[in-house]
Amino acid sequence: MLAWTIYISFIGVLVLMLLPRDNARAARIVALFTAVLGCGVAFAGAIQQAQHTNLGDVTTIVKTSWIPALGASYYLAADGISLVLVVLTGLAAVTGILFSWNIEKRTKEFFAFYLALIGGVYGVFLSFDLLLLFMFYELTIIPKYFLIARWGSTRKEYGAMKLALYSFVGSHLVLIGLIAAWVVARTQLGHPSLDLMELSKISLPVGFQHWVFPLVFVGFAILAGMWPFHTWAPTGHVAAPTAGSMLLAGVVMKLGAYGCLRVAMVLFPEGVREWQWAIATLAVIGIIYGAGVALVQRDFKFVIGYSSVSHMGFVLLGLATLNTIGLDGAVLQMFSHGIIAGLLFGVVGRMVYDRTHTRDFNDLERMNVGKLIPFAGVTFVIAGVASMGLPGFSGFVAEFQVLAGAWQVYPITAILSGLGIIIGVAYTLRAVQKAFYSDLPPLAHSDHDAHPMEPITVPERVGAVLLIAASLAIGLFPGLLMNWIDPCLKSPMFARLLNGGAQ
Amino acid sequence: MNHSLTILTLVPFFGGLVVAGLGANQKNLARGLALFSSLITLAGAVCLWANFKGASGELQFVEKFDWVPSLGVQYYLGIDGLGLLMVMLTAIVTPLSILVSWSIKDRANVYFALVLWLQAGLFGTFTALNFFHWFMFWELGLIPAFFLVKLWGGANRGPAATQFFIYTMVGSVALLLSFLAIWLATKTPASPGSFDFIQLAAMAKSGELATKLHAAFGWQQMGLLIFLGVFLGFAVKVPVVPFHTWLPNAYSEAPSAVTMMLTGVMSKMGVYGFLRILLPIFPEQIRLVLTPLLWLALATIVLSAFAAFAQRDLKRMLAYSSVNHLGYCLLAMFAAVGAATGVNQPEIQKAAALDGVLLQMFNHGLTASALFLFVALIEKRSAGRRDLEDFGGLRKVVPVLTGLMGIALFSSLGLPGLNGFVGEFLIFKGVFPLAPWAAVIATIGLLVTAIFLLTLIQRVFCGPLNERWLKLPDLTFSERLLVIPSIALMFVLGIWPQLVQGSIDASVVKLVQQLTF
Repeated sequence: MLAWTIYISFIGVLVLMLLPRDNARAARIVALFTAVLGCGVAFAGAIQQAQHTNLGDVTTIVKTSWIPALGASYYLAADGISLVLVVLTGLAAVTGILFSWNIEKRTKEFFAFYLALIGGVYGVFLSFDLLLLFMFYELTIIPKYFLIARWGSTRKEYGAMKLALYSFVGSHLVLIGLIAAWVVARTQLGHPSLDLMELSKISLPVGFQHWVFPLVFVGFAILAGMWPFHTWAPTGHVAAPTAGSMLLAGVVMKLGAYGCLRVAMVLFPEGVREWQWAIATLAVIGIIYGAGVALVQRDFKFVIGYSSVSHMGFVLLGLATLNTIGLDGAVLQMFSHGIIAGLLFGVVGRMVYDRTHTRDFNDLERMNVGKLIPFAGVTFVIAGVASMGLPGFSGFVAEFQVLAGAWQVYPITAILSGLGIIIGVAYTLRAVQKAFYSDLPPLAHSDHDAHPMEPITVPERVGAVLLIAASLAIGLFPGLLMNWIDPCLKSPMFARLLNGGAQ
Repeated sequence: MNHSLTILTLVPFFGGLVVAGLGANQKNLARGLALFSSLITLAGAVCLWANFKGASGELQFVEKFDWVPSLGVQYYLGIDGLGLLMVMLTAIVTPLSILVSWSIKDRANVYFALVLWLQAGLFGTFTALNFFHWFMFWELGLIPAFFLVKLWGGANRGPAATQFFIYTMVGSVALLLSFLAIWLATKTPASPGSFDFIQLAAMAKSGELATKLHAAFGWQQMGLLIFLGVFLGFAVKVPVVPFHTWLPNAYSEAPSAVTMMLTGVMSKMGVYGFLRILLPIFPEQIRLVLTPLLWLALATIVLSAFAAFAQRDLKRMLAYSSVNHLGYCLLAMFAAVGAATGVNQPEIQKAAALDGVLLQMFNHGLTASALFLFVALIEKRSAGRRDLEDFGGLRKVVPVLTGLMGIALFSSLGLPGLNGFVGEFLIFKGVFPLAPWAAVIATIGLLVTAIFLLTLIQRVFCGPLNERWLKLPDLTFSERLLVIPSIALMFVLGIWPQLVQGSIDASVVKLVQQLTF
């Protein structure tokens, strides 16, 4: 059933292609319908699987031979971790469309690229064949590029190119590593295989793992925004159209983190242990550096862009802990950051920028945005509070577990990440004050007297409420997702990874 | 199971939601609903008090459910005498604060909603017994307080609100990290770690906690590090010198009605944290660094008294005086944890000191909020002026205000017969035998407090009348009604402290037993 999330998205792309060029309304409705359907299938499939199977087991959806010579098969499957991310993708897809309801320029192409990206993302999260996973992973780069280059703002060509190049470099590192692994595994197995399940059962030579792991891990981690390979993230997020940044931060960065966990760490457990300290160090630098840079930005969207780097640092730190609670937190943080960053970008890009046409704090300070569009102010405050990790929201449960995991292995990283949280509070407060509740008097004859700001539309409200509700639901009842994640971490696939580590 | 505490917390929470949902032009409805909600919770709190079995030191009105079993998180509420006292205080101060801000014009619906949410956060903090959701409320209280200062405060409100928030968050992160470490240390392969304050206190008493922390982190002093983290969290909130610098800014920039809440109840969150969490869970560590802690308490008492003396702004002066008053609580709490070797009947002295702490918390809440209420009334008449130099001789034009505020000031000063005296008396009675030298130094604070409060009275109410206030109107009938309950309570509690003590004694005795091993 879950495979239909992918098919539906691509069918949506085809339908959009067939629509008349200038019917923007129809394009929107088709896109929304497709996304809602995909999201519905994701939820229904996830709940069905949660009820009928043990989520720790990888449940096969489709498995047919594809390129026998390479050992590649068309192998879609899901375990609890995939389900969490598939559900996240569904939510992000729907809300992204709600927040780009006002796209007038070549609407149908926009949504076609958008749905293609979503389809690719679903594909990555559901693939258990390395070649298939890699193809879907590559597939997402193209729509990303065009979404930014065509519909973006602020140095959009630069941002798009940078993002595409970083992604390609990353995926080539991954490719080199995977080919090497394939070659070594073939001699060990006696037959070629790209089946993730099969490969996760064999032990590759330790020395080999030590040098291949960093290639694959860094390749994926580039997309997860790991410092110092993060620089595509802020520029890409800023250049992207609202829905683009929502997807980039919401799900695309998760592709990277998911790849790190599912491929790099599962295949090369000895490699992880060798490089554990390095990942933890880079993660902590990312947390603090991202937050620190966010603190001094003048561009509202850059604040959120760098905050994403900081929050993804928590995901990487969670991965580096190599214990159940840390990994649990990392996956939960992927979900939580997807929701919250999506909401933040929605507020900044759609609610504020589309109305004020500026993201410069110096201008926003004099516009009295908090009073003119109070809904945006309140939404940003809620999203900001969730993002700084206040209890009651999903971010808290996630960071809480990551920190608990970090305490166990490297206490100092837990303490330093605490510093990152404090800087996070500071930049959020600064953004809240400058963008919405500044005390500076409004400019005497500013534009908005003549053109009052358009009120917040219904799709924006629905999108914001959906995301806030999701974050609150997970914050108050983390069991909802943890019951999906926990069994996976106890499964044989992760057993090698966790049992040898500092537990 | 009895759900009274949940309901008590949910009333202001949903009240706030309803009020926030009103339009900005429905000001009358907003404030009416807010007052209504706060009066309901007051009635609820009084019912709790009436049904509270004061003779028992056990937790009452307990609610306990599993919440996140895999993390060991329970929904666990309950109050003993300490909790009851704080719930009562919150319930009393909130309606007063709402009445004082009755005439607020700007975004009244949001304002009253924030006040109600603040109240909900406070109720939650004072009733939750599991770190996970206690922390939720601890932080929840912070957001409305931030916006109340940020949006309705004075000229420097932006920096003041930010400073307040960041300082508190630094403390909160330290708290969080510490409790995570405790949680990890108490984790066993079979069960998740513990966030349960009561359970942790029991583990601390049996020495199990120290062993587990040592085993989990392999470092003898881990307990001390964790103690310092928790201490920082509460020290910022109380505040303890030198973590206090946010307070005068926040208190003086906040609208006076909000300052009533901040000083009346929010400042008690820190002391409450000390009593509920720090003392029972970390008695050993406190004993280890007792002397520095006593010095910190003394610094808080003495330096803030001198600082108050140096202020010219009424609100800043009272803000520092607030720090000073809570300093006595710190002193008594630390002294009560001390080993007390060679002290005659240490349990009785400790009980006296801690009894004094609880009374002082309640009385200070009552008196300080009343004082800021008077400041609000003065500000309303003086168009926001509140510098000591601006006034003079007010007693000639506003005798009623002078008289009533005088009572509150004398209560703050600790005049026998008024409520302020009882708490401080018990604190000194307990601390003298437990830590004589500290008690002696602390008396400097008492002396300076007397000096600056009398200076205040002299500069504002006595001396030659400043001509510009010739037409200053005295308290109206409704304003008198507003202040009478507080003033009456000051007399009642001053003369008949047993009214409060009856419900706290048993809990204090139990706390003292916990500290003795």
